Amino acid sequence: MTNHRRPVAILFSSNQFGLLLVVIGFVLAFTFGTQGFASKFNLFTLGRVVAIDVMIGYAMMVVLVTGGLNLAVGAIGVASVMFGGWLMEVVGLHPLIAVPVTIGFGASLGWINGYASVRSGVHSFIITLATMSIFFGAMIVLTGAQPFRALPQEFIQFGKMRVFGIVSPLLFVTLAVTVLLVYVFSYSSFGRKILAAGASPAAAELSGVPVGRMFIYGHAISGALACVAGLMLTMRNGAALPSMAGQLGADWLLPSFLAPVLGGTLLTGGVVSVIGTLLGAVLVTIINNGLLLLQIGEFWVQMFLGLILLAAVVLDRLRSVLAERRRATA
Amino acid sequence: MRGAWENLRRTEWFGLLLIAIVGALILAAVKQSFLSTFNVYVMLLGFSISIMVSMSQMVIIAIGQMNLSVGAIGGLVAISFAGFMEVWGLPIPLAILAGLAIGVLCGFLNGILTVITGITAFIITLATLSIFKGINLGITEAQPFYEVPAVVKWFGNASIGPIPYLVILPILAAIAMWYLMNRAVIGRQMLAVGGNAHAAGLSGISVGRTVVAAHAISGGLAAIAGMLVVARLQIGQPTIGDDWLIISFAAPVIGGAVLTGGHVSVIGTCLGVIIVTLVSNALVLLAIDPFFVQLLLGALILGAVGLNRYREVKAEAHRGRTQEAHA
Repeated sequence: MTNHRRPVAILFSSNQFGLLLVVIGFVLAFTFGTQGFASKFNLFTLGRVVAIDVMIGYAMMVVLVTGGLNLAVGAIGVASVMFGGWLMEVVGLHPLIAVPVTIGFGASLGWINGYASVRSGVHSFIITLATMSIFFGAMIVLTGAQPFRALPQEFIQFGKMRVFGIVSPLLFVTLAVTVLLVYVFSYSSFGRKILAAGASPAAAELSGVPVGRMFIYGHAISGALACVAGLMLTMRNGAALPSMAGQLGADWLLPSFLAPVLGGTLLTGGVVSVIGTLLGAVLVTIINNGLLLLQIGEFWVQMFLGLILLAAVVLDRLRSVLAERRRATA
Repeated sequence: MRGAWENLRRTEWFGLLLIAIVGALILAAVKQSFLSTFNVYVMLLGFSISIMVSMSQMVIIAIGQMNLSVGAIGGLVAISFAGFMEVWGLPIPLAILAGLAIGVLCGFLNGILTVITGITAFIITLATLSIFKGINLGITEAQPFYEVPAVVKWFGNASIGPIPYLVILPILAAIAMWYLMNRAVIGRQMLAVGGNAHAAGLSGISVGRTVVAAHAISGGLAAIAGMLVVARLQIGQPTIGDDWLIISFAAPVIGGAVLTGGHVSVIGTCLGVIIVTLVSNALVLLAIDPFFVQLLLGALILGAVGLNRYREVKAEAHRGRTQEAHA
């Protein structure tokens, strides 16, 4: 796939550029169409939600690129956060120690998914469906469904802080992770190996990529990112709640798929777009927020999200079919 | 007689049958309340709903796809069914027909969208899950419909001894599904499409029509499950169907279904539901934390796929050895 066109032309024909236009369109529409969309308070709230939803999207994305699925993102997020809450509140660890340990815990839960899937040869859909139930069930049994409300102030404050009056520091975390992921998938040999393994496991194996290990790494990173998303949500809520991702963590499922799929990451693996996932999550959050401000009724919002997902995948499909046709006639 | 025993022993679900029987015997020996009328009645109620839900997913697994919207369809039908009777005053038979029609239509939509766009059913049904659930919440605003007619409530709770009337429909559905998958042309075509869609298409099967039919049947079964829950709970709850996802995959997978399609077992799925019901019931009877149910359900799925996988590997090794012997 050598591209002889000028960079500008590539930019205009890319999926991300279209998505960026849609995002800008919605921002303009809501800024002028609703009261309070561009208010300081709303922008601050929006930023916090975006920061978390982008992380949830990344957590799914890194498994999608391997051609797998991780239904347990929500369960890992909640389970590891409850572990972190226990570390800080009951054990009394300082957040600077507890947070890395918690992220390591999330990564190891993801590692279990990857290991089980690779070693058994069973598709990660069914493995993570089972572990979703196991992780969440174990967490509820161990915590007795009780939240941790007395978390250290320095931990909670991070979620309440405002930089320049409107920017939540949580956004910086998300930006840092974005830069890191772009680097990994575009410039590091490690990221290219994961992509190669996802695109064609057989071909990757023949060219010396340890495919199984790459899949396991993908799942472990997914677990770590899910845990970071959970920690950010905990800072926002001010407490570690067993119910923060819904029953079995299933409330994260839709946003986790929406962002990467809208952003052009393929479910079949091998193709990733970090910026696309970022834009996808931003779009979903903005639409969510705008619809609430338009007072359409919070109950209809979910239906619109489903329609948007449907429209997005159908349009994307149409685009690739048209592109193929053009290539065929050329 | 000996032949029949040999045949039974060779079926793929024989192991499951043994587990179910031994499990039930142990429970009966340990806890006397296990065989009490009330306990059997409660178990059969749970069993009834789970059977319908698993069958709904099983049809889609047969064609090698997944239907994440089973619960959302069930929920939408449940509140529509209750709403038709409470708000519009529809007579019960009409409300049942309308509910069934909505379920079939939802499934039909899933199928048509998958076939026309060529996008995997996973993404399509994830989107429609959100749409159906959204319509459900939009209509009800998360408030249940309370005015369910007395006859419906009666049907959901009446019983002959320990056997609830509710169990009739799932048993009929299971028999119908067995016939469909083993004897009917369309069922065999579904399995052929699930096994290898390309080959099925080349041998003259209309793949698109078969996929749409499977989704429509799945929607219909989810609809019946939704209405049964309304009868059992005596209200049209918007949350009906929210917790169906795990069981819908657990029972067929425990029953030996191959997720890539082409192979499902109706009897295995029923036994899967029975085993899950027994395990949940055991936890209740032994006064173990009910939250353990979730944990165990996950472990059961893992155990089942592990076992299936082990059998596959062993079968392959066996085949390899016999081929070597022939060479």
